[in-house]
Parts: sequence; C-alpha cells; structure tokens
Amino acid sequence: MEKQIALQLRGITKRFGPVLANKHVDLDVYRGEILAVLGENGCGKTTLMNMISGIYYPDEGQILIDGKEVVIRSPKDAFDHRIGMIHQHFKLVDLFSAAENIVLGLEKKGRYNLKEINAEVAKIAERYGFHLDPAKKIYDMSVSEKQTVEIIKVLYRGADILILDEPTAVLTPQEITRLFDVLRRMKEDGKSIIIITHKLNEVLEVSDRVAILRRGEHIATVNTDETNEAELTEMMVGRKISLNISRSAPVNAVPRLEVKDLNLFDKEGIQVLKDITFTANGGEILGIAGIAGSGQRQLLEAIAGLQPAADGSVLFYNPKKDRPVTFYHKSLKKVKEMAAQGAFHDRNLNDVSFRGMRDKAIRKWVESGDVLFREDEEMNLRGKDPLEIRQLGIHLSFVPEDRLGMGLVGSMDITDNMMLRSYRKGHAGFLDRKKPKEQAEEIIRELQVVTPGVSTPVRRLSGGNVQKVLVGREIAYAPKVLMAAYPVRGLDIGASYTIYRLLNRQKESGVAVMFVGEDLDVLLELCDRIMVMNGGRITGFVDARTTTKEEIGLLMVRTEQREEEAHE
Amino acid sequence: MSNLARAEGREPLIHLSKRAGISRGKAWSIRIIAVLLGILVCGIAAFLLIEKVQNNPEKIGEFYGTFIKGSFSTSRKFWKFLKNTAVLLCISLALTPAFRMRFWNTGGEGQTLVGVLSAIAVNFYLGGKIPEGILLILMLLAALAAGALWGVIPAIFRAKWGTNETLFTLMMNYIATYLVSYFLVIWVPSGSSTLGKLKNGRLPIIADNENILIVLIVVALTAALYIYLQYTKHGYEISVVGESVRTARYIGINERKVIIRTMILSGMLCGLAGYLIAAGSDQTVTTNSVGGQGFTGIMVAWLGKFNPLAMLLTSALIQLLNQGAMQISKDFGVNSSLTSVIIGIILFFIIGSEFFINYEVHFRGHAKKAARRAIK
Repeated sequence: MEKQIALQLRGITKRFGPVLANKHVDLDVYRGEILAVLGENGCGKTTLMNMISGIYYPDEGQILIDGKEVVIRSPKDAFDHRIGMIHQHFKLVDLFSAAENIVLGLEKKGRYNLKEINAEVAKIAERYGFHLDPAKKIYDMSVSEKQTVEIIKVLYRGADILILDEPTAVLTPQEITRLFDVLRRMKEDGKSIIIITHKLNEVLEVSDRVAILRRGEHIATVNTDETNEAELTEMMVGRKISLNISRSAPVNAVPRLEVKDLNLFDKEGIQVLKDITFTANGGEILGIAGIAGSGQRQLLEAIAGLQPAADGSVLFYNPKKDRPVTFYHKSLKKVKEMAAQGAFHDRNLNDVSFRGMRDKAIRKWVESGDVLFREDEEMNLRGKDPLEIRQLGIHLSFVPEDRLGMGLVGSMDITDNMMLRSYRKGHAGFLDRKKPKEQAEEIIRELQVVTPGVSTPVRRLSGGNVQKVLVGREIAYAPKVLMAAYPVRGLDIGASYTIYRLLNRQKESGVAVMFVGEDLDVLLELCDRIMVMNGGRITGFVDARTTTKEEIGLLMVRTEQREEEAHE
Repeated sequence: MSNLARAEGREPLIHLSKRAGISRGKAWSIRIIAVLLGILVCGIAAFLLIEKVQNNPEKIGEFYGTFIKGSFSTSRKFWKFLKNTAVLLCISLALTPAFRMRFWNTGGEGQTLVGVLSAIAVNFYLGGKIPEGILLILMLLAALAAGALWGVIPAIFRAKWGTNETLFTLMMNYIATYLVSYFLVIWVPSGSSTLGKLKNGRLPIIADNENILIVLIVVALTAALYIYLQYTKHGYEISVVGESVRTARYIGINERKVIIRTMILSGMLCGLAGYLIAAGSDQTVTTNSVGGQGFTGIMVAWLGKFNPLAMLLTSALIQLLNQGAMQISKDFGVNSSLTSVIIGIILFFIIGSEFFINYEVHFRGHAKKAARRAIK
C-alpha cells in the first residue's frame, strides 16, 4: 500500500540575524509513521519544528499539508491544520486539573461542562493507553504525568501530526518504554509523529525513519531498519567519531569525601535531603542518578557550602600524609597548636613539637619543607560557606547545573569569568587580569573553545563552549573533589565526549569525581559506582560495570520502601 | 476558515527580532538619527504650540538657536552650565555603583538633600566660630556621613530582610524633605522659614571663578569611579552581584556585605553632591535644594549605560536641554510646562532609540530581499 504524505516541507530557510538556522530544508512526513529528527544541539531541529507549529515564520520555503500549501503564522493556525507540538518545557497551569488544562484556551461554543470534558479526556487516554486521572491537579503530578497531559491536550484538539521535542529527557527508563508504546499505538491509529531527539538508541528503537539535520541542513532521511548507530552518528556529526568512553579501573581509591547523615531543609522548611550517607573516593567517578529534582542539586550545593545543612557532617580528607606543612592556609598559631597535638613529623619520622623554639626558627623550619603531616587532614565542611572552604585550602570544584546563572556571569568575557575563582589574589584592592587572561587563552587552546576572542561575553558562546569554559576553569583550580551537575546537558556529541575525557583524566590523577547525570547509558559507561536518589534520599548504590538500566530505573522510583521494611 | 483563506500566502506585516549584537558605529548612528528626529519633532511642536513661531515661521531657526544660547551665549551662562552639569553628574555617579549592582537606588534626591542639610547645619552652628578651612572640612564630613547613613539604611533592610529597595529609598526622600522643613522651623522660627545665605563656609574661589573647583572635583571623581568600577576587586564584586546573586554566592562573595558597602559609597557620594551644592553655590538649604536632580540623575546614569565616561556626555546633554528650555521660555514668552514638553520629546526619542539598538524590525518582503542579497 502506498503511504500517504501528510506534511511536506519545501526549501524552508530561517535566519536569525547573521545565523542561518535552517537552510533549504526539504522533509516529508507520512501518515501513520514515527519520524525521528536527529541532530546535535544547535543544528536547527527545534527551529524547524517551531516553524511547523507556528512559533516562527519561515523566511523562505513552503509548507504543504495533504499536498496543499498552507501558511502557519501562529500556534492557532497550526492547530487549525491539525498540527500539535509538545514542548520540552511544559506549559501547564499548576493549580488546574489535567482536564482543565486540556481545554484551557479552546474557544468552543456551548456550556463549560467539566464532567463531559473529563469523560472525553478519559476516553482519549484509554484509546492510546495513557494512565491519567483527568481530575488530578498538575501540582500533584510527576513529570511523566505532566507530559501525558501535554500529549492529550494536543490530541484533544484533534491533532493528526504530533511533534514531540526531546520527550524522553526527563523520564525514567520504564516511563520511556511506556511512552514509546503509546506512540506506537498512535501511529497505528494513523497519526504522524515527529520526535526530536539526540539519543541514538531511542531513535533506533521507536522510529520508522530518521531525518538527520546538521548545521541547519537536511543531510538525509533513512529507514531506521537499514541503518545503525555508527552511520547515524557519522551523518549527524559529519565525521567518524568513537562512541566509547575509555574507563580505567580505579587506582588507589581512597576516601576523599565522606557525607554522614546529612539533612537539609529548604526555605519553606520542607526536607529536601534525608539522611544522606555516602563516601566519594579519590580516583573514582561516583555517578548520581535520579529523576530530575530528587535532591541531586541540593546535595552538591550542600557540599559546596551553598546550602546550610541542618545536621550531619561532610568530612573532607585532605591528602596531606607525608607532605610538607605550609603557611598557605594556616597561621603560625594554628601550626603550633597542631604540632602540640602531634600532627607533624620530620623526614626521619620523629615527632615535631616545636617545644621551646622561637617563632622565627619555627617559621624557617616549616618553610624548609622538612616538617611533614603525619596523617591526612580531616576537615568538616558543614556550616562553612564557599569562601571559608576555600580559605581552608580545600580544592573543591563545582560545575553547577545552571551554567550562566551560577557558574558563570553571562555578560562578562572569558577572562573575567576565569577571575571569578581567583580575583581575590594579590595586588591589594586592584584586579590582576593578566593571569586570568593567560588562563583563558590556555583553556580556549586546549579545549578548543570556539570564540572570537577572550573578550567575548560568554553569553554569546554556544552551549558547548560555555560549558568548556566553566569546566576548564574548575579543573584549572587543581581540585581534589570535582562535582559536576549535568555537565553535558545541551552539548553536542563532540563536546560531550570532550567533557567525559576531562572527567576521566581528573579521575586518573586521583580526584574524587562526582557526576550527576540524566543519560543512564552514559552513567553506565563513565562511572565506577552509581548512587541513586529519589525524593531526597539515597535509594541504592550499584556497581556501574555490572548493573543494568532497569535496575537503576527501579531504584529511581523506589520511594518509602526502606521505611516500610523498617516498619514491618 | 475564511480568515485563513485570506491569510493564504501572506507573511506578517512587521516582525521584530532581537539583535545578536550591533557594531558600535551602527548603534551610534541610530542614536544620532534619533536625536535629529527628536529635534525635528520639537520644531513641529514649536510650530503648533508657540504663537511667536506660528506667526513668523522664519523664527524656527531662532527657536533652535535659543537651545544653544541657553548654555553658551555668555561666559556666565557657560559656567553655570558647567557647574550644574558637574553637580548633576556627581549625583549620577553616586547612583552608578548601586545601579551596577542592580540595586535601584531612587533615593539620590534624599541622600543629596541630607548632605546639603548636614553641611548647612554645621555651617549654621559653627560658622564664624572656627577657622574657615576647618569649617569646610567639618561640613564635608557631615555631608558624607549623612549621605552614607541615608544610603545604608535601606541597604541594611534589603540585605537582612529582603525589603524592596526602590520603595524604601524613595520613601527616605520624603523623610529628608520633612527633616529640612523641621530644621528650617527651628533655625528661622519667625515668618517665612527661609534661611538666608550664610556668610561662611564657601568653597575657595580659584582664578576668580567660583565654579572651577566644583568642576575639577567632579572630573576627578568621574575618573576615580571609572577606575573603581572597572579595575578594582570591589568593582568586580559589584558587577558579579548585579549580574547574578547566585553566582556571587557560588564563588563565596557575601552579597549582603557588598550591598551594604556599595550603598554606603553611593550615599556618601550623594552626600558629596550635597556638599557641593551647600558649600559651592547655595550656602543655604530649602526643601528644594536638590531640585529633582536625584531623579534626573537616574536618567543620566541609565542613558550613559552606567559608564562614568559616557555619563559625562549624557549629563551635559540633559543640562543643555534644561538651560535651553529655560531660555526658550524666557525669549518666546511661553509657559515653562511647554518647555518640559520639548525636553520630553527629545528624551523620548533618545530613550526610544535603545529599542532599535536592541531589536531589528522587519517589514513584509524583507526576507526575500535579504535572500536575494545573500545570493548576490
């Protein structure tokens, strides 16, 4: 049977100022198929879809529906042509129920009958196999349920062509499977489904055909069962790329950071971290998995001193054993105190007590580098702010999730952003921009940051380059602990693998790396151990080399199980 | 569907897009065009509203000439122009560190006024009793301290309890005004409650000119503030806090400390402006001593993009307009509200030009033209 073409794009071009987001894109979508639109970040996937759904207007080209040229100037026009888009960021009113959100903004004649609407919504849900209670309020819903509401909203409006922008990014493996089942059922019902993604395994699993975009151009459309990951990647990136993360066995893994019984409450007094206990080892990558908002961000921020924990401890073991004592972060008084407690020894392992010595002589001895620590220093970071942690000489680096809102200042240039960590050094009240500038140039060179120069505001850089600047700065600080929250979110494949390599290199040089990730495939390949969180608790630890995605998925949704066990 | 059918084949008439960036030359040419347009529209307004111009259309040239005449026709007017620009610039400079920190200090008026009041109070009680030099220094210290106090109170409340600084600083203006009324009643118990010019506490006259010192002080302040904001650790911290409090916390900047410190500075510089008014020209205080410059200063700072060097130009422009408008009201015998309208028109165009610097406007058919150009 000949398949019917539902949607055709002919020569679609879109510019944003000097940037060409889409260049003469031709694309066909058939009835009853799932078409995956694959491409790296910034390749113009979302822009293209936004033109179909009426958010942007193409500069050139035609859109044809059922063979007839149409003009789509607004999302309403798109709905009139039975096109619906499910965005990455949900657009729902929290205080309304599912059904209320679904009918919101519809200009239907007649009375507003919620009962009838509920019944209709339930009917659609049943038809495609969704699980949804139409009367449930949005604020009570999980991310996956909210997504369901968005999809039904589009179906309720009678869409035949559905566009889903990165729908799996926020779901657990089990939820993804369920979503794919629904999509297949819709396909059988004759709907056309366009799914935007950059995850290859999902493309191969669910789609019938794959359209690959690269730098705004349509490279090819291939049948899914005639292709493979390597070929798709090559088309997507434009060159062959190795998708293996070389993971070495941890060498000399010693405890570096030990978190014990940590509890944290947010401003409203709601507990966001409950009894967190774990150890991060130097020379190891500890992955942290969980549904978005399970407390990962709060955990890292609590360790970094950004959120004051209610109780518990965060112990940092400074690797000082047999290393010389210095005055960098300690006063003479503090050194004398520690010596009195027997914390130091000399090159011949004899105790150093400084008893009866004059300050000048002590200073000289310490500066000669012959006074050594007996043990690693143990420091409690809880209750200290980032500056105090720094002043203790603890090299703790943190790549936060919110790059331009927390890690960097968007309007400042690369040099000034390098300075964020180091501006306090030297020159009395004045800034020294020379060293940060050298550092900026080095990072640009080594990490191949694409930028017009060191004086370009980082906001102007692409996501991948912004991240290279941030990670580069945090690594330049020679950390002992490196925490990274979603460091590859929004990055293209090339940039992602650069970041993985950097994290691996840190691990190999003995740094305790903590990696909060959302892509389970990456967590499994990159990490040594994975800690899973849900609802502010740790629900389990797994060995990344032996576990499966399903096992992690189950831990990600495990809730009060431990408590239930305790009650029994 | 009929609606749609009509829409068939048409793209929207106008659409706006944010510019990715704009060259400095292009930005300035937009600004200059805006000023020219503003002047043109002013002419039209003059034609419609000023009888003298209406009756003799050839007088329109004279109308424009009067703008310049207001500031440059005599040496006295020119020095008045320089001095008033300096005082206005001083207040704008004072507001700048706060604005860079995104702390919307709308209390420049009050902070300056308490500066004037304290300086005059010192002068009132001690003038003639102690040597003039010491009196001047004490007046300065009093003005700085009062300004700093007026600035730091809202800052403390903002830092500790998160109060809205815009409202708070605004309210402090009224307190300052009533405080002045109160002291005037005490100092001049009978009659008009107007304090006559005091004999002492006048800034030294250099080279036969009473204004030079004020101008020099403010020029030095401009340079110093530029360096402070651009090249010192404090200035850097102000920028970071202004851009993102979360980034500031992330790198261990105590944003409360920075807010309080910066508002002390901001208030203190307002106090300095108050001192310049008190010791430099007025030698008395009224509730209107600052005359709204605390608010005009906000505009000067915004137009100058919080860059002290650019603010040299914007403060001069505003002052030029003010004096020009006053001259027009005198020479053409029109109500002073009319001159406010004229100033308003020009400012409208200048501020409006920022929109065209940030956004690009496309008309229908633009895309096709652009495509053709691209092909060529």
